[in-house]
Amino acid sequence: MIINHPLLGPRDAQEFVYHGDASLIDRPDANAETALDDFHDYLYLRDNPAGSHKELWFHEQGLRSWLVVTRDTTTQEISLVELASDYAKRRGWDR
Amino acid sequence: MSQRNRLEGGLIERRRPLSFSFDGKSYTGYAGDTLASALLANDVRLMGRSFKYHRPRGVFSAGSEEPNALVELRSGARREPNSRATVTELYDGLKAESQNKFPSLRFDVLAINDALSSFLSAGFYYKTFMWPSAFWEKVYEPAIRRAAGLGRLSGEEDTDTYDKGFLHCDLLIIGAGPSGLAAALTAGRAGADVILADEDFLMGGRLLAEKDLLSVRQGSDWTADVIGELSNLPNVRLMTRTTVFGQYDHGIFGAVERVLDHVLEPQPHKPRQVLWRIHAKRALLTAGATERPIAFENNDRPGIMLAGAMRAYANRWAVTASKDVVIFTNNDDGHRTARDLSANGVNIAALVDCRTNAPTWKEFEVFSGGEIINSRGRLGLRSVKVRLQDGSVKEIACGALGLAGGWNPNVHLTCHKRGRPVWNKAISAFIPAPDGDPLLRVAGAAAGIFSTRGALKSGAEKAIDALEDLDISAHMPDLPEAEDAPINAAPFWYVKGGKGRAWLDLQNDVTVKDIKLAHQEGFKSVEHVKRYTTLGMATDQGKTANIGALAVLADLDGKAIPDVGTTIFRPPYTPVSIGAFAGRSRGKEFRPYRLTPSHKWAEEQGAIFVEAGNWLRAQWFPIEGETHWRQSVDREVLAVRKSGGVCDVTTLGKIDVQGADAAEFLNHIYSNGFAKLPVGKTRYGLMLREDGLAMDDGTAARLAEDHFVVTTTTANAVSVFRHMEFCRQCLWPGLDVQLISTTEAWAQFAVAGPNARKLLQKIVDPAYDISNEAFPYMACGEVTICGGLRARLFRISFSGELAYEIAVPTRYGDALIRRLMEAGREFDAIPYGTEALGVLRIEKGHAAGNELNGQSTAAMLGMGRMVSQKKDSIGRVLAGRPHLIREDDYRLVGLTPVSADSTILAGAHLMNIGEIASAANDQGWVTSTAYSPHIGSSIGLAFLKKGDQRHGDVIRIVNPLDDGDIEATVTGPHFIDPEGERLRV
Repeated sequence: MIINHPLLGPRDAQEFVYHGDASLIDRPDANAETALDDFHDYLYLRDNPAGSHKELWFHEQGLRSWLVVTRDTTTQEISLVELASDYAKRRGWDR
Repeated sequence: MSQRNRLEGGLIERRRPLSFSFDGKSYTGYAGDTLASALLANDVRLMGRSFKYHRPRGVFSAGSEEPNALVELRSGARREPNSRATVTELYDGLKAESQNKFPSLRFDVLAINDALSSFLSAGFYYKTFMWPSAFWEKVYEPAIRRAAGLGRLSGEEDTDTYDKGFLHCDLLIIGAGPSGLAAALTAGRAGADVILADEDFLMGGRLLAEKDLLSVRQGSDWTADVIGELSNLPNVRLMTRTTVFGQYDHGIFGAVERVLDHVLEPQPHKPRQVLWRIHAKRALLTAGATERPIAFENNDRPGIMLAGAMRAYANRWAVTASKDVVIFTNNDDGHRTARDLSANGVNIAALVDCRTNAPTWKEFEVFSGGEIINSRGRLGLRSVKVRLQDGSVKEIACGALGLAGGWNPNVHLTCHKRGRPVWNKAISAFIPAPDGDPLLRVAGAAAGIFSTRGALKSGAEKAIDALEDLDISAHMPDLPEAEDAPINAAPFWYVKGGKGRAWLDLQNDVTVKDIKLAHQEGFKSVEHVKRYTTLGMATDQGKTANIGALAVLADLDGKAIPDVGTTIFRPPYTPVSIGAFAGRSRGKEFRPYRLTPSHKWAEEQGAIFVEAGNWLRAQWFPIEGETHWRQSVDREVLAVRKSGGVCDVTTLGKIDVQGADAAEFLNHIYSNGFAKLPVGKTRYGLMLREDGLAMDDGTAARLAEDHFVVTTTTANAVSVFRHMEFCRQCLWPGLDVQLISTTEAWAQFAVAGPNARKLLQKIVDPAYDISNEAFPYMACGEVTICGGLRARLFRISFSGELAYEIAVPTRYGDALIRRLMEAGREFDAIPYGTEALGVLRIEKGHAAGNELNGQSTAAMLGMGRMVSQKKDSIGRVLAGRPHLIREDDYRLVGLTPVSADSTILAGAHLMNIGEIASAANDQGWVTSTAYSPHIGSSIGLAFLKKGDQRHGDVIRIVNPLDDGDIEATVTGPHFIDPEGERLRV
């Protein structure tokens, strides 16, 4: 597979480490009353879509950047690659 | 050395005779031969025994689809089982042995299996060897493996060299037949970067195997002209002996180039094979087609082969399997074979065409509407039995029979990304889906375009089309006039009726009956039938077998073939040796280890080394007179506790954390607090995973307000860094903090023991006061040593003694160890290795890998109260799950044996005295053990239920593996200095 890194251009997937669903970015509020349940769901419940999937890849043999890759799990087509930090900030995880 | 079956002409070099041997007998062939063509030339039809029934078998094809002619090639460590004689390029001195026979190929005692065939039908193993189950491993499997098998592995280390490489191109063309050559010419002239790969040692594909396909002017050879032009184009790479075996995602193809398989012995250190990963912007599959047989009773005798293969042997290799040949066909292509052979002087004893309207020829007799229903000849074909259109039966003597059942496009690579081929009624075959893969186009026979004219034209057209995607404009070249015969075929797969066996899959001995039996037993899906009967498995992957089985299934279900389905093709297209996949990653290169900065010095000291993670570390340093490792380790441990020792701890992970929010960041990743850690201090930190279990531990030293140095365990250096980057980039991207791994940048040594400070004072420059008052326990700071070299000093202790860790830029590591040992001489300071390091930490009760095994909570480690509830750190919430904070959970304890001479073994389980040693009564387990020279006995760390409340109890340590059962006293985990006074002096 080839991952088109937003800063480095196309890179071989061998340079990356896979980490699963990008929903891991949406870490729950540890101080909420429902925190125990929220963290349980966050950590253990994942969607397993046949189709478009946002997932985390770490450019370990390279830039050390975490990426959010939108990949179709049925065709392997990669439609979008973003820096995870940009993605996380956009989702309001600035602080 | 006669070559009785050699004909005139061909593409062999008669001036270069080559000698070779098969089953110990010597023969001669020519350069340009394959092993199969050379054996046929010498009238050798019998080449092997079949997999299950040990039936005599001969060559069946002229290419990589070969199911039968598998031999053991070469000898000794180079012996290569299951080599297909049809693609084994002949070289001088080649030695081959037939396989799966005993005692000899002509007389094989296991041919008894053939007589027992009614017991050896589909699912035989599953039905027969059900019980007793204990018999499977000891009796059944070894016997079956001996009886039913292919070739033998040498069992020796491969002496050859393999390599790997990457290639990039605009257009990868897979197969150099007419369509591939036309495509390469088109793309090459357009200036595109082209790779043209072919599995054969000559380019040309079917053009090499045919006569009069192209009408070109007299004396001109289009194929040679094109290859000549292509080899002069710098943008075209021609790769013969190269099989593109798989298509992977995003335009990546796997290919293996057999660089030196065609010589007796590759030159030393030259790669025998190279595994290529080809990144192609576009690819074109021009892999041609594979002919299919027609099944009938006893259709597996040596001499029975594909008709197109016969034609290739005659035209390219000037060989015939026999001077008397019968052809059995359902299409016009069979007639072409008969005519080519006849023109070469071979007697066509008959042409049997199942069609009632078959064309006729004056050179030989044609039986329209006939079928071959049986054959004779124990070790080679002697005659065939033909049922004529009028129902009468005629026996015809012959030494070879060519089967022409039509052609299957080689669609394999189009399936590797789950592409599903579609049925084409006109050619009764599966072709690639027309709206398939935009990255991989298909042309020529692989696309079901069987005429030469069509192949040339489609190759050029698809190349133009593919290059258009890349904005490269290409133009149709002048292509030669070529045969453009229409397909004229009647689907015909197997002869019905008959009581005997008709083979579908020659390699796996699967017959029409087996398919019927499987179907009768409920295996109706083609994927199930495949697994139940082993159809389509092993080295040929059913290239000549699958379609016939589909036809049988279709008839049984009363369906059309496309409604039965097709099994999916997966890589590799043909077998690839494991050596090619391994490449240079063998032996030490499989997992190279890293050397510590003091390695050279340690070698000089005669250290014994051990692999630890990716590192090679000194395990102990034996001195004169020591004959057992324990002597060295005990001495090193006692020396550290008495005076001082030095240990290379460079392998610990080191991560620089910098930025205005560095402290806040550490607060998030460590379970305990770091925000208030003053500059110049170090703190132990416990990292949890988000599920609340311990991940890793280490220290964080605050060198400045905005600068920390974090250490990790050696084993987790990579994963902790990855985790910290995840936290930084994905969870707290707004924090002003940066990370960098500096593990390799700093050489770090532990200096431990009561004299550690005195020793270091001789090295640290006097400007830096490292007295106990100025530089107390857990202090850290940047200093200079040896007159100006920058260094980092941490007063931390893994051993429980007064200890420091000192770090210098890695290039000074060797110099520093030498300087430290010199400075330590007056204190009798010694170097110590990982064994002593381990004993010291167990004596001190520090958790390490055995305790931090991914199942331990902070509370189990006795650190429950360290987990701060005041801040949001990774793992804090889920660490609070009720079952993880149970009071009666396991707790880390120490164990000393009641009888000082007993030994505690790691992994043993703890039981209460008086209770039966059973899983139900289990109280915990021993995690780490060592002989403690300080205590004078074996000691252990363990997780014990309610262990924190049971200090002083006596407990049983049970090891059912060696009947070990000893008693031990439970203590706190600290065997030495539980108050920590030695650390603070």
